[in-house]
Amino acid sequence: MNAGITTASAAAPLVRPKTSKDDKMMAGYMLVIGLYLIIALALPLYAMLSKSISTFYFDLNNFEFQVDRGDGWSAPASAFALNEESRVVQPQELTTSSDGRLAATVFFPDFSFRSPTRYKIRQINPDTSFLSGTQRIDDTDWHEFDSNQFRRIVLRASRSTGLDNYRTYFSTPALFRSIKNSLIISLISTLITVMLAFGFAYALTRSTMRFKGLFRIIAMAPILVPSLLPGIALVYLFGNQGMLKAFLLGESIYGPIGIVIGSVFFTFPHAMIIITTALSISDARLYEAAISLRASRWKTFWTVTIPGARYGLVSAAFVVFNLVITDFGLPKVIGGQYNMLAVDIYKQVIGQQNFEMGAVVSVVLLIPALLAFSIDRVVQKKQVAQLSARSVPFEPKPHKTFDLICLAYCVLVAVFIAGLIGVCQYAALIKFWPYNLSFSLNNYNFDVMDGGGWDSWKNSIRLAFYTAVAGTVIVFCGAYMVEKLNRFAATRSAFQFLAMMPMAIPGMVLGLAYIFFFNNPDNPLNGLYGTMGILVVCTVTHFYTVSHLTAVTALKQMDREFESVAASLKQPFHKLFSRVTVPVCLPSVLDISIYLFVNAMTTVSAVIFLYSPDTTLASVAVLNMDDAGDIAPAAAMGMMIFYSNIGARLIHLAVTRRVMRKTQAWRTRQGGGGEVG
Amino acid sequence: MNTNQPTEPSHPTPFLRIERLHKKFEDFVALDDVSLEVYEGEFVCFLGPSGCGKTTFLRAIAGLDIQTAGVVRQAGEDISALPPSERDFGIVFQSYALFPNLTVAKNIAFGLENQKISKPDIDKRVRELLELVNLPDQGAKYPAQLSGGEQQRVALTRALATSPGLLLLDEPLSALDAKVRTHLRHEMKALQRRLGITTIMVTHDQEEALTMADRIVVMNHGVIEQVGTPTEIYRQPDTLFVADFVGAMNQVAALLSGSNTCCCEGGGVLATRLCDLSPDAPVVATIRPEDIIPHFDAPDAENVFEARVADMEFLGSFWRLSLQNAALGEAVLTADLSINAMRRMEAQVGGMITVELPANRISVFPRAASGKTAA
Repeated sequence: MNAGITTASAAAPLVRPKTSKDDKMMAGYMLVIGLYLIIALALPLYAMLSKSISTFYFDLNNFEFQVDRGDGWSAPASAFALNEESRVVQPQELTTSSDGRLAATVFFPDFSFRSPTRYKIRQINPDTSFLSGTQRIDDTDWHEFDSNQFRRIVLRASRSTGLDNYRTYFSTPALFRSIKNSLIISLISTLITVMLAFGFAYALTRSTMRFKGLFRIIAMAPILVPSLLPGIALVYLFGNQGMLKAFLLGESIYGPIGIVIGSVFFTFPHAMIIITTALSISDARLYEAAISLRASRWKTFWTVTIPGARYGLVSAAFVVFNLVITDFGLPKVIGGQYNMLAVDIYKQVIGQQNFEMGAVVSVVLLIPALLAFSIDRVVQKKQVAQLSARSVPFEPKPHKTFDLICLAYCVLVAVFIAGLIGVCQYAALIKFWPYNLSFSLNNYNFDVMDGGGWDSWKNSIRLAFYTAVAGTVIVFCGAYMVEKLNRFAATRSAFQFLAMMPMAIPGMVLGLAYIFFFNNPDNPLNGLYGTMGILVVCTVTHFYTVSHLTAVTALKQMDREFESVAASLKQPFHKLFSRVTVPVCLPSVLDISIYLFVNAMTTVSAVIFLYSPDTTLASVAVLNMDDAGDIAPAAAMGMMIFYSNIGARLIHLAVTRRVMRKTQAWRTRQGGGGEVG
Repeated sequence: MNTNQPTEPSHPTPFLRIERLHKKFEDFVALDDVSLEVYEGEFVCFLGPSGCGKTTFLRAIAGLDIQTAGVVRQAGEDISALPPSERDFGIVFQSYALFPNLTVAKNIAFGLENQKISKPDIDKRVRELLELVNLPDQGAKYPAQLSGGEQQRVALTRALATSPGLLLLDEPLSALDAKVRTHLRHEMKALQRRLGITTIMVTHDQEEALTMADRIVVMNHGVIEQVGTPTEIYRQPDTLFVADFVGAMNQVAALLSGSNTCCCEGGGVLATRLCDLSPDAPVVATIRPEDIIPHFDAPDAENVFEARVADMEFLGSFWRLSLQNAALGEAVLTADLSINAMRRMEAQVGGMITVELPANRISVFPRAASGKTAA
């Protein structure tokens, strides 16, 4: 039979499946969303990469001058030759940025705009350009000017591609020292956070202590505030006039200590969720086996608990590492003179306007982030495999001493977390620390401070709302196309890859990439720059991956054959989508929207480069007010974000409950028809 | 390849004509040059072990996974390249794929909407259909509130609601427990006969195929081993694979010594049905357990052996004996004997009994894997 295959296939005509209307429509939607990811992610990153390898210098050999001092035109001389004589421009001054300009008059020490001298300038090849006033000239003709015109001639730098920027970076200790700093801080924070979170998760899953729900809520609170808020709290606690300054034994909170403590605070919930999940899928039968083998609690811990949770621990470690190394707000507020990579990007771009160097630091920061991300993906895949095993959930039994220890431990952690937020709240309500401790709401009078006032808060709410709505639609539709379209496999895997990428891209890097891409005057989307639109696009993209994964997980639980059934019943996919898919996935859809809302409220890093005077944001206002020394109002604004997020969470909870009651009635097995078959 | 004879000559042209279907998944050949004709009103079962290509075949007919090469014609029209939405079929999956958030009535009405049918007409049709499958009062319930058997019937009803020309069933009963399955088998078959709808069902359960199908298509490794009525498949298997897969079959290794005799490994000579294999070919002689005839005296006829009873198993309505005879080699024969016969023979483990292996019940197949013989 097998021998016949080749000849038989040669005889039977190959079938080219006809594309159905549904397929075409789905492919169209996917194209739109794929295009979104390309424009919002791939192209800006490309723009940034190419920026990092762009160098600019004045090519003096390319400019030639002739002078007529009343005795006829002199022989043409290049700017290089002129500079050899006068030595006014030093070699290191020739390297510049994309914006570099050099006045032509510097090559003529005797220049005076009142003299009757006439000048001619030309370029040997059209690689360079010069400006006459505002007019750009890039041809190779001779141009003649009188001295009054000539004083307004400036040479522009020419662009070349190479690794010069990287060479500069790695030969500047002040810059590359940040790599070590960032790695050290991230490693220490990761170690501490994972250990603390493991203890917390262990207490939640393995003890029968009380108040578990309350502890869980408190542990989740840091998600609702910007990462720089703990920095402000630490300033009040341990700063130069801090309440508990003595505890630091003379060490300064501004620097590594502050960054580590703050990082532990804001990454704690992320680690806690992952480790709790890992611990709660442990198999009870293993513990029963351990007891029947008379293994001690200690031995059981090391042979059953730790191996069972190891993927969760590793995963949590990488997530925390990634969060810390890419965070910008916290080291900005509390880092003092201690440089971190993410802050360097800000300093290069905002402080020194050196966009190329900002791009270089971004690329450097991308490497550890990408590495942590890819290792995490591999580990998570393994964990899924472990999950599929059929296990019996573990149910802890009461144990007085152990439960008490767990309770004490959780109280400590909860006090740390609630304490930092509490200090911020206190700071926000105090009139003037530490001199006037009476309460007032003055600090909430944002309109009299820098940072955009109450408009910032309103803008943040708007941004969060738009992000939640637009993001949920884009993410869910995109995930649906990836998951349910059964053709165009190559396009779908490309899309899937793009959807996973934002997780690995630090916010600062994304924001900077947006400047390069959208602020380019040649870009037809240039009009988006400085609007609320670009903030929404950037935020949706920044938080795309987690939302995408949530949507994919929900969609995977839908029967694979729904689409086949709908097609056999001649019903278009969008009817199935709106009547079945979306209603069934509604809880996950709501989860995605609240995730996007909360993150849009708290994010600083991605939007710091992109806001305009009309679109100042609350989280950025916290940063700017802190920068300006208005620390109490910064704390107050931070708390406003906290309240808003709590409000959003409560609304989400109410809506979810309502939706569950109304549309998810089918989930309960009430009524129940008896076995008739 | 098999040529399929129309079972009933009253069908002039086949309703479904499948010619030389190939399906490749990267390097794996799932369907290898498969041809088949299905007639209007027929109930055809694709039977085979898992991975034999039967579901791939069904999905190609539905257009869900379109074949790499080959032609599918339905009602005279070439539908080879058409997407499922442009074909005329209803389908029931193993999981039923009922929409969980829609009531039973809305599930059934799903395919009737946007078809220029008025709302009252849709309601009427849904009510009729629910009555047809004996679920008249279940319309307002959600799928999760129904039993497995009821869910299966709802899925079937949804597939039938649009009156498709072809009904495809992908292991529709395998998610149910045994008792419900037997009951639904009859109910589905009766419904199919009543509606006269051409039906193709994929199953790995031979009993299901034998009881429900007008014709069975036995598949293995992406090819069709045999097409025939249930009795043909059972009584005259074309290949050793079919013989072994459908029903129980004793196998005795032997060498062909004539056109209808073979010599067993133990030296015994068996008379068999005629076969056209070359002499001295290594073969397998096969006989079904129920075809072995017990004898109370010892007649001097061909194929009569004294056999030692190695084991006895009481299965309620009959006894299953394991028999050994050195002349047949190492093979242990299984024989199903009636309670009556056993009573008269007074057989016991370790004792000897006389059995006949009727020559016209012994089919011979070449020993190397599966292949075609004229049985």
